[in-house]
Amino acid sequence: MKVWFSLLAVIILALTAWVGVEILHLNTLFGIIIPYTAIAVFIGGFIIRVVRWGKSPVPFCITTTCGQQQSLPWIKQNKIENPTNTWGVIWRMVLEVTLFRSLFRNTKTEKIEDKLVFGSAQWLWFGSLVFHWSMLIILLRHLRFFLNPVPGLIIGLESLDSFLQIGVPLLYITDVLLVAALTYLFLRRVMIPNIKYISQIADYFPVLLLLGIAASGILGRYVYGVDVAAVKELTMSLVSFKPTTSTTIGTIFYIHIFLVSSLAVYFPCSKLMHAGGIFLSPTRNLANNSRIERYINPWNYEVEKHHYSEYEDEFRDKMRKVGLPLEKE
Amino acid sequence: MYNSRKIIIGLVIFVLVAAFPFFINVGKTAQPLQLSLNTPTINQLEKKECIESADYMRANHMRMLNEWRDQVVREGNTVYTSSSGQKYEMSLENNCFQCHSNKSNFCDSCHTYSQVDPYCWDCHNGTKGAGLKQ
Ligand code: HEC
Ligand code: HEC
Ligand code: HEC
Ligand code: HEM
Repeated sequence: MKVWFSLLAVIILALTAWVGVEILHLNTLFGIIIPYTAIAVFIGGFIIRVVRWGKSPVPFCITTTCGQQQSLPWIKQNKIENPTNTWGVIWRMVLEVTLFRSLFRNTKTEKIEDKLVFGSAQWLWFGSLVFHWSMLIILLRHLRFFLNPVPGLIIGLESLDSFLQIGVPLLYITDVLLVAALTYLFLRRVMIPNIKYISQIADYFPVLLLLGIAASGILGRYVYGVDVAAVKELTMSLVSFKPTTSTTIGTIFYIHIFLVSSLAVYFPCSKLMHAGGIFLSPTRNLANNSRIERYINPWNYEVEKHHYSEYEDEFRDKMRKVGLPLEKE
Repeated sequence: MYNSRKIIIGLVIFVLVAAFPFFINVGKTAQPLQLSLNTPTINQLEKKECIESADYMRANHMRMLNEWRDQVVREGNTVYTSSSGQKYEMSLENNCFQCHSNKSNFCDSCHTYSQVDPYCWDCHNGTKGAGLKQ
């Protein structure tokens, strides 16, 4: 049910772009207004989400660690797993963001012949790593539409990605990897019963939307043929804020950017915000230095105190009268 | 907001990265793509037309050339019948470059603009009538 709903949503989005461009000829709407709106919503929404996270206090130093903490000088500290200073945290964060180390520790619990067995399960780590890196490389390659002249780095990336020289236009390796990884991530959710049980529309929809984006991009490149030069004229006009429309670009391109725009709008409202959230996770971004520095809970209210000397000042006369000992005469 | 300094630095980096193409290009005028059709053969044509419609050629010439290559080298067919019934030789040097003899102002300028680098020119000469590179 939830799967079908998500699939239907993606199909409706694609059809919207098709009807809008192919039948109603709303090229300005789909080529200029919607992409501009989408990027504004994406950036604005992203900032709002992060600021809201920033407003919630972190009461305790709750960093997660899984290595030897700093101790006596002859005990070797694990500086990545158990950092005590900012540099250690930065290093741990960089490795987390680029290699998904905590996902690598994923384990699987199984019952084999009446015994409970724990094993490591790295397929999820592998699938998501392949997906994220392919997507990053594809996005970087897409910069050729937004920069003129195209920098050498992008050119190099592109020729590396297409070095197999299969077909014309040359097949990109990342295109294959992206689709394979997304398919795996989707099948994982529908085939494994206990994962299917906890999956929501919010889990299926982004995967299917990304598959839709990849499919429309790939169809445009390898099957229908998109007039790339005209696309670049459009994208360059968009990024220099002098938008122009074009009539020679095929509808498949408009489907592609409409799905991308949908993703951009959906991003800040969804679990995809983990891209920003990872940096704000207290379990990841705090150093384990609670035995070195005092962690002050930002909630703590001012405790009213009445020091003994103040007390004595207040009652000195009365105390003297009844003969109580005074610290200050 | 707690830790506002760090969060604001992070957000500034995010905006710079996410809107990077805008920052780089703002204020610049997007150079329109310029293609020259000014070659002796094209100037002599009565109807200035490519072998298929210009829109079709822009989007599909790579697939067409790939198909031709297979047809010629593997199947031995050398004649292409266009949608208007005209017959052409399936060839780079004896077809495209007969008319588009200004490769660097036509094919190359568009390819540089769109960042495509056909590896065909490793072997093919890209000039009118000439054969393969030695
Ligand atoms: C209007 C712009 C334009 C012009 C003019 C043009 N091309 Fe292209 N060409 C492209 C684009 C864009 C691609 C890449 C298509 C893609 O990536 O989907 C391409 C790709 C190719 C490819 C496939 C290479 C690859 O690696 O994918 C060949 C071969 C090719 N062009 C040959 C030619 C020849 C020969 C001429 C001149 C007679 C020419 N082109 C003129 C835009 C143009
Ligand atoms: C008979 C001469 C002739 C031949 C042969 C020829 N072209 Fe063309 N080509 C033209 C003319 C003339 C135009 C301009 C058509 C127009 O603007 O409507 C053109 C336009 C094009 C365009 C679109 C350029 C634009 O301004 O959008 C491309 C791409 C192209 N040709 C590629 C090729 C390729 C690749 C071949 C070989 C397969 C080829 N042409 C063979 C004459 C020719
Ligand atoms: C490794 C060298 C090499 C590369 C790279 C190469 N070709 Fe060729 N091509 C050949 C040879 C050899 C022939 C056969 C020539 C003959 O039979 O006279 C040929 C023939 C052709 C023909 C038919 C004959 C003719 O006169 O043009 C076409 C069309 C063609 N190639 C297109 C391409 C395209 C498009 C590319 C780039 C995507 C390409 N080739 C890349 C070597 C190459
Ligand atoms: C989430 C963002 C995006 C993803 C995941 C994505 C994915 C893809 C994929 C997988 C392809 C196949 C070919 C390739 O790998 O280059 C593709 C092609 C394409 N994309 Fe995207 N894309 C995205 C955003 C965009 C944007 C913002 C634009 C421009 C406005 C765009 C324009 C195009 C075009 C024109 C092609 C055809 C390229 C060609 O023929 O060489 N894409 N896209």
